[in-house]
Amino acid sequence: MTSVIVSSPYLPPGNTLKRLMIQVIIALLPGTLAYAWHFGHGVIINIVIAVLFALAFEAGILKLRAKPVMPHLTDFSAVVAAWLFALCLPMHSPWWLVLVGIGFTMVAGKHLYGGLGFNPFNPAMVGYVVLLISFPREMTTWYLPASVSGETLSLTDALHYALGNVDIGRWDALSSATPLDQVKTAIGQSISISEIRSSPVFGEFGGKGWEWIAFWWFIGGLWLLLTRTIRWHIPVALLGGVLGMALLFYLLNPEIYASPLFHLLSGAVVIGAFFIATDPVTAATTDMGRVVYGLLIGLLIYVIRVWGGYPDGVAFAVLLANMCVPLIDYYTQPRVYGEK
Amino acid sequence: MILAILTISLMAGLFGLILGYAAIRFKVEGNPVVERIDALLPQTQCGQCTYPGCRPYAEAIANGEAPINQCPPGGQATIAALASLLDTEVLELNAEHGDHLDVPLVAVIDEQTCIGCTLCIQACPVDAILGASKHMHTVIAEECTGCKLCLPPCPVDCIDMIPSQQTIDDWKWSAPPDPMELVQDA
Amino acid sequence: MLKLHRFHGGLHLDGHKTESLGRGLQQASIPERLFLPLRQHIGEYNKPLVEVGNRVLKGHMIAANSSLICAAVHAPTSGTVSAIEDYPVAHPSGQPDTCIVIDVDGKDEAVEPTLIDPRQLTANEMIELICRAGIVGLGGAAFPTSPKLSRGKANGIDTLIINGVECEPYITCDDILMRHYAAEVLRGTGYLQQILQPTSTLISIEDNKPEAIAEISNALAQTPLANTEIIPIPTIYPSGGEKQLIQILTGKEVPHGQLAFDIGLFCQNVGTCVAIARALERDEPLISRVVTISGDNISEPGNWEVRLGTPISHLIELAGGYSHAPGGHLVMGGPMMGFSLSGAEVPIVKASNSIMVMREETIPHTPGYHDECIRCSKCTEVCPAQLLPQQLYWHARAQAWERTQEFHLFDCIECGCCSAVCPSQIPLVQYYRAAKSEIRAAQKAQFKSDRARVRFEFREKRLLLKKQKDEERRRLKREALQKKRAAPGTGEPAPDPVQAALERVKARKKSAQEESQ
Repeated sequence: MTSVIVSSPYLPPGNTLKRLMIQVIIALLPGTLAYAWHFGHGVIINIVIAVLFALAFEAGILKLRAKPVMPHLTDFSAVVAAWLFALCLPMHSPWWLVLVGIGFTMVAGKHLYGGLGFNPFNPAMVGYVVLLISFPREMTTWYLPASVSGETLSLTDALHYALGNVDIGRWDALSSATPLDQVKTAIGQSISISEIRSSPVFGEFGGKGWEWIAFWWFIGGLWLLLTRTIRWHIPVALLGGVLGMALLFYLLNPEIYASPLFHLLSGAVVIGAFFIATDPVTAATTDMGRVVYGLLIGLLIYVIRVWGGYPDGVAFAVLLANMCVPLIDYYTQPRVYGEK
Repeated sequence: MILAILTISLMAGLFGLILGYAAIRFKVEGNPVVERIDALLPQTQCGQCTYPGCRPYAEAIANGEAPINQCPPGGQATIAALASLLDTEVLELNAEHGDHLDVPLVAVIDEQTCIGCTLCIQACPVDAILGASKHMHTVIAEECTGCKLCLPPCPVDCIDMIPSQQTIDDWKWSAPPDPMELVQDA
Repeated sequence: MLKLHRFHGGLHLDGHKTESLGRGLQQASIPERLFLPLRQHIGEYNKPLVEVGNRVLKGHMIAANSSLICAAVHAPTSGTVSAIEDYPVAHPSGQPDTCIVIDVDGKDEAVEPTLIDPRQLTANEMIELICRAGIVGLGGAAFPTSPKLSRGKANGIDTLIINGVECEPYITCDDILMRHYAAEVLRGTGYLQQILQPTSTLISIEDNKPEAIAEISNALAQTPLANTEIIPIPTIYPSGGEKQLIQILTGKEVPHGQLAFDIGLFCQNVGTCVAIARALERDEPLISRVVTISGDNISEPGNWEVRLGTPISHLIELAGGYSHAPGGHLVMGGPMMGFSLSGAEVPIVKASNSIMVMREETIPHTPGYHDECIRCSKCTEVCPAQLLPQQLYWHARAQAWERTQEFHLFDCIECGCCSAVCPSQIPLVQYYRAAKSEIRAAQKAQFKSDRARVRFEFREKRLLLKKQKDEERRRLKREALQKKRAAPGTGEPAPDPVQAALERVKARKKSAQEESQ
């Protein structure tokens, strides 16, 4: 009757990739909106540009590889990667920075390895790291939140900035290093933590504005856990790793090591724990392996932040842990039914 | 300086003695690799690889005289197993030596034509043909390896090769098509 | 109250049970022809005991084999054997197999039964009767029951587990059987207890079957059995699998390479219990079973007690025919573990617990597009055998058979949980089935080639021996000849006769030449 035999299970499609990605996008919304609230339209513009370029690159590469374009574009994996990538960039980055970054993300980070499911490194992090190393000036030009500077750029101004027409006068008043960067520089100058914390850019726990965004990433992460889009192992292990390291050193010397809460709520730790490190393609696959993977990233984040050359170590930590994944998977295989 | 020379010479002598002793005490008779290669070959003894049997081909592979892709009855699976054993590259089956058949052939004798000359019995490398002089000859299908060595000697050309009988137990599930090959329906 | 455990993974599936429960148990009419495959069990083929033209009565044994694994086939009704030939059978390959075809005469005349009180029988006598009745496990695996009982009895059984779980969606035959034949289920259980003498008996039913639980409880109250408890268990797929059920009820795991009866546990399906009761009490062999017919393409889904050998087309007719266009999948079994049939002419066999009639839109015939694996490990979360389906997938796809076995491919029970949760819709179970097929075929080929090598080497040795013997014989003959030729007494070597002949010819030639000159 049939030439190709299709085997059971015979079920209507349940979970799909698209559904998974849509859940991630829903989880990203609260944090993204909080970001825009505190810092203006820049982040939205970046996301839009990144998503459009990502889809364009993906379609182009798929055509070159002579593969069907629509099924891959409509699974939203490129959208999620682009969104996460855009969130890592300074909010008023020029458009060409986004283009170069997303190009590396899509092409070198994903398709050169064979497309979805085959890349060993987190694509968004690959793109970000390439930009960080190649364009240090643009990548370290961050802006103050509205609560500190008192204003944000209007939409038209933000668009101007995106197109590269920076108004030098205003730029001076609005731009600044991130709170993490400031802490790192100040510590290098032997200023104590308590003095640093008294600066107006710091809120209750972390940087003003930034701590709220971290909170909303956390809410998004809870949504992902609730909908069983991700499992608890990586976020708990990662946050535990950062918390553990930070607590240890904070207890040793609170004046040169920032508090654990500061570390948790600054930079990309929360978004990294729930959105970036949990990228299924590049993370470990066994339960125990995921715990080890998360702990490793947490450890590396703290090490790079305190003793490394960069103010935030999430991207590098994730990439380094990606390299260790095959080894972690090999040594954390679970016990099979019937085995001792 | 003298001490260094003495020490190194002493160590060299010591290790040389150990190696010499090991070479004699643990000497392995014959070349075990040949056995392991032979174990992977299908034992058809057909000669399609240009060697007079599976064992000579195994020896040739072990000596590096022959590549691993000359055995059609073994097919790609045997080539892969040999490559894995010898830690070499997997090659494509060399089509000059023949094609791999998914359903092996077995010989069958047309009893109306057979004259009982025993030439095929003498030719069969695995003694799969039953019979005697001036008596009916018949091929034991389960033991026939499909090597076709009985066909040339037969003076009345009464042997045919037919696909071996596949029962329902021989059926295999087909693997799903490679996702790289799948295209969405229009 | 027995403490229940949990097995790893598992899924909560839409039951789809209510569709086929509404009409109770109906008795199917007997079609005009019945097709009995010679093999309806796991094991060797049976050989036909009848010939074309024989008249057979209901219960007549028509095929059996001589090995220890006994699962004979009996005529389900009276009629004439009209053919013994290849016919489509219930097998995923869709290939035909040898069947005995019976033209039904409509009289349903039975063989005269020999009635004995089973309670007077010894265990071995009961096992013998069960063997002759051709009873196999009716839960779907069709393993012959009597050898299992012999082994179990020899090993000693602590706990007898009666499996009324029926966890797969759409299938309700065991539910209906328990509601209608509760007393027989318990009597069958009693006979099993008589044979195995277990310390305790657990009748396990999923908690989505309250009516069945009630019926069995009532029956147990009326005719109590020693140390027997009814255990409702939470509804989760695949809790009906033997290994998973054992884990739920006892917390134990069946060790690698062993079976349940190696650790003192014996599992039997409720349908098999009824068959055992009928065989022992009424001398009635296994000739019918309850079959669920369900799906989204059948007008009146329900449960029917069907004679074995009934073509599925007959059952579809009884169930009101197709509700939409025919042409979709006909599946024997459930949606998770069932297999697609080649057509509606395939007959019901001992293992047929359910027939699903599905529309083409629900389950297309050609494999559709699916995404690549994103390594999310949802498959690992749900695997009841605690395997790593993702690794099995990668290695099966790469055809690295040794690696698949390192990841315990043959421990996979093919339950389908992994494929069901995969967000990329990868047909995982098909990869594992294909890998297992390839490995088994390779083992067969290896066995054959080892055998060929032995025969070849023996032939070489034989030829060498023959050559040596021939040479030895020639040498002896030559020596004997030399001795004979030596002139007696002189000790001189006798003149070589060949040489002498040659000289004679030369001399003759010379004289002929001289004469002609």
